[in-house]
Formats: sequence, structure tokens, C-alpha cells
Amino acid sequence: MEYKQTRQGYVDGLLELAAEIPELVVLDADVAKATKTVDFQAAHPHRFFNCGVQEQNMLSVAAGLALEGFLPFASTFGVFATCRAGDQLRNSIAYPSLNVKIGATHCGITTGGDGASHQSNEDIAIVRAFPNMTVLVPGDYEEAKQATRAAARYTGPVYLRFGRDAYPVVPAVHGHFEIGKARLLRKGTDITIMTTGIMVHEGLLAAGILEEQGYAVRVVHFPTVKPLDERAVIAAARETGGIITAEEHSVIGGLGEAVAGVVTGACPCPVIRIGVRDVFGESGEASELLDKYGLRAVDIVGAARRLLIGVRD
Amino acid sequence: MQQKGKLDFLKEKSREIRKTIVEMVYRANSGHIGGSLGAADLVVALYYHLMEHRPAAPGWSERDRFILSKGHCTPVIYAVLADCGYFPKEDLNAFRRPGSHLQGHPYQPKTPGIEASAGTLGLGISTAAGMALGAKLKREKQYYYVLCGDGELQEGQVWEAAMFANKYKLDNMIVFVDRNYLQTDGNSETIMPLDPLPPKWESFGWSVREIDGHDFTRIIDAVEMAKREKGRPAVIIAHTIKGKGVSFMENVAGWHGTPPGAADFKRAMNELSNGI
Repeated sequence: MEYKQTRQGYVDGLLELAAEIPELVVLDADVAKATKTVDFQAAHPHRFFNCGVQEQNMLSVAAGLALEGFLPFASTFGVFATCRAGDQLRNSIAYPSLNVKIGATHCGITTGGDGASHQSNEDIAIVRAFPNMTVLVPGDYEEAKQATRAAARYTGPVYLRFGRDAYPVVPAVHGHFEIGKARLLRKGTDITIMTTGIMVHEGLLAAGILEEQGYAVRVVHFPTVKPLDERAVIAAARETGGIITAEEHSVIGGLGEAVAGVVTGACPCPVIRIGVRDVFGESGEASELLDKYGLRAVDIVGAARRLLIGVRD
Repeated sequence: MQQKGKLDFLKEKSREIRKTIVEMVYRANSGHIGGSLGAADLVVALYYHLMEHRPAAPGWSERDRFILSKGHCTPVIYAVLADCGYFPKEDLNAFRRPGSHLQGHPYQPKTPGIEASAGTLGLGISTAAGMALGAKLKREKQYYYVLCGDGELQEGQVWEAAMFANKYKLDNMIVFVDRNYLQTDGNSETIMPLDPLPPKWESFGWSVREIDGHDFTRIIDAVEMAKREKGRPAVIIAHTIKGKGVSFMENVAGWHGTPPGAADFKRAMNELSNGI
């Protein structure tokens, strides 16, 4: 199994785009070594602006650059982009719908050792709630790179969500990236597993385990959480009658609630949400935290079995 | 400058703009009248003398930009933009009404002549700094003017922006601080003291001037001097009277966000029409 960082996919995408889009500039808030934008700085020092520890100022500066026709990618940790600078994200960028891209790294529980203060498990919920925002949550390095490229070609505010850790490479998500389109990774009619972000790996593992138990499991991956591919959600509800969602994010406000919101209106069926329960995280290795907070294939399998045979494992 | 004719023109323009402000807020029964009246002379000096702009071509790339950071004072900028011809004066009748492009706080995508959205305090200097940086990257020569409130300086983001503009030597940026010592809840020095203001800005690397914000000669001279100073951003601390031009509104914090009733409206318009 090959492992690569999604944040590296972000910056490798930016490096490709720099040659194609002269208006592209990159901002960071004193975490360039962590977000990896330091690579962009080395290649394009005059198109890189380190704002210091000023996430709020950085997002409003990015708005100003967009108003002058630039294509700014503002980079920082997810928790800073959405919580510390939530007002600037809302009022400077989302409300006027400016062409600013937010490159948010260190999202989710796999941020690891820094602990709960740095583990943004709420960022999808926050940015989803802002009108005009597009929310991209790629599943591996290559999809992160493609999401970054797609964001640059799209006009309007985009939140790009990346992690800190090295995550499994998932070749199934390497096809053409289209904003707003889900990926059908496995066909099946007994039940559907819906994933976003790095949980695509665990979702596919879970589907394999369930297949060995005799179930035909559909797997649909959502690298775009907003706008949600509602057709893929409704088709799954109608054709498989039960949905498990899996995300490295709180069960509040993320993919699971987005899916449940569509299903309840269009074709009611059970939706079980796998994610961080309504708790703050803690320090630990990424793999330890995925185990402890119930974000593994085994957790998805357990939820699926509850739906399929009505028993608790 | 300073031929008498020009000064008389600006003074007369301010009087007209103040009347429009009072009418707008009275008609909407909502809006911020005191700060708008207080800042009228600054905005009039910019739009009718200092700034290069073309109302018929709001997107003209070389135009000077004005960013209203104290976003609640839309009555003054809307009155000026309508008078300049950016949009029909009749639009002012729908200020703060559903369907109108004239939102309570500035919204750039909708209103011709509004350069940046604002509303929550502290955004404007950062936004203008991003724009001014963009102009430097494009080697464009226009200026970026910002109007912020004094109470607004209590926002931490203002000082983040002050550091940023100094780092990137944004000498194409001139910030007016509307120093009237009054904010929503009362006197700024009892709520969260700001004095002494000039050394704060100086220590952040800005060139600082302090003027009477109702004296057109001082306003214009301060901007012209600021433009001659290269290599750093400029701030002009403009001492103003909140509610200026309407005797019973002057220096009264209560007129921050309260619209006038019918009797007060009549008195105010009478004063502005005939002079106090």
C-alpha cells in the first residue's frame, strides 16, 4: 500500500497551475512548511505572500486580491480558516462570492499529536452553511491535486479540505474530477456506503468485507460535499434502501447530515452516520485516533450489518 | 488648491449630501445617521475633488478606489454615488428595502461604485491592502482610500492589516480614521480607550497626519502630502463631530443607529436647508 499526503497534492496542483494561470497567487499564514506552500514559495517567490500569524487579515487580503482580478489560494489549517477567521470567510469571501480558494490543511482527527485545538472536525459543517461556497474534500493525493486544479478553473469561492498525514493511495478515485459529481466506485443493490475525504479507503475496505459475507454493496464517493450530487444520493436510496455515510469529521453538519437531508425529502430510508461523535479529539497518532474514534472499516461494517440484518455486532 | 469657488462648491455639496442622508434614514426608518453626517465632508472631498473616477464607467481600471470599512455609514456613500450618477437617485428611496441593491451595509456585487463589501467591522483595511498589493503587482498607479471608524480600531484585525500594509510598503493606500470619540455604547475612551492614536500608527510604520475632518483645505492638503510620501502607507486621523450639521444630533452617541421621528426629521431638514 502506497501512502501520500493530500496537502502535497494541493501544492503539486498549485505548481502545475502556476504555469497555466498568471493571475494565481498563494498566501499563507506562517504555516507554509506545514501546508507545503513553501514549495510554491521556492518556485514563485514573487507570487507568494506570507501574512504571518494573521488568518483573519489573510482572508480579507485574499478578497482584495480577487477584486483586482487575481486568483488567490489562501492556505492555513482548517481550524484557523473556519473558526479563527470564520467572519472573514463569511463576509469578505462567501457573501460577495469572490473568486478566492481556501486551501485548508490539517483537517480532521488525523491531525494527530497537536490534539483537539488543531483537529478541525467542524469545518465542513461551517463552510457548508455559507451560501455561495463550494466544498471539496478529496480522498487521496491524486484527487487532492485534481480538486485543486478544478477549483482554479471554477469561478467562485471554494473550500479545499486536506489532512496532515500520509493517506492510502486509492486508484479508484483517480478519474476525471468534476465539481459536484460523485464517483460510483462499486455497484451493488443491498446497501450503499457513501464516503468523503480519506474515508474512501475505509469505505472500500468495508465493502470488500461485506461482500465476503454475501452482500452486494454500492460505494459512492463524494469529493464534493457542496454542491452535493443529489442524484447519486436519491438513486442509492431508491435502489439500495439503506445508506452508511463515512467522513473524518463530526457527525454534525457534514456529509452524513447533507445526505440525510436529501433522503428525508426525496426517498426516506435509514442513514447511519459514521464520523466523530459530538466530542473533541485528543493527541495521538493518526492511526490510533482513527481506531479510537470509530472511523475504520470495521465501524462501517458494523453499521451496515445493523441495517442489513437488524442486529448489533 | 483652494480657490474660494471650489471650497464653496464642496461646502454646498456637503450640505446637499447631508440632506439626502437624513431623508434616506428617515424614509427607511432605519440606518446610521450620526456617523454618516460626521463623515460627509471627508467623502465629499474624495469624490468631488481628490479621486479620479468615472461614474459612467464604474469598472474603469485606473480609477481611484474608496472602501467604506465602517460599513454602517452607507447613507453617506449611497448619497454621494447617486449624486455622482453611479445609479439613479430614485434608488435611494428603497434603501434597506427588500429587492433594493442598497443594502444596509455595502455589498459590492450589487451596487455600482461600491468597491468592496463590508459590514462586520475591521475588514476594510485588509481588503484595501489586498487590492493595493494587487495594484502594485500590476504596476497600476491608482490610490486606495479607506474610511474606518474610531471605535472600529478596537478590532484586532485592523492592526493585523496595519502590519501587513507596512510590510508590503503600500504607499498607494490612504486610510481615514473618522475620529469622533463616539461609538454605539458611548465615549470611546471609556468603552475601550484608543488615545493616543498617532503613536500607535507611527509605531506600526505608517505616516500619520491629524486634521480637522470638516475643513476641506486640511483634508485636501493632508491627502496631497500623504501622496508625496513614498514607501509606506498613510493614515489621516480626521477629527469629526458625529451628527455634524444637525445641532441636536451633534456629539450625541444616541444618534448612532437611531432613525429620526417626524418632528426631528423636520427640524433636521430645516436646519440643513437654512443653515444653523
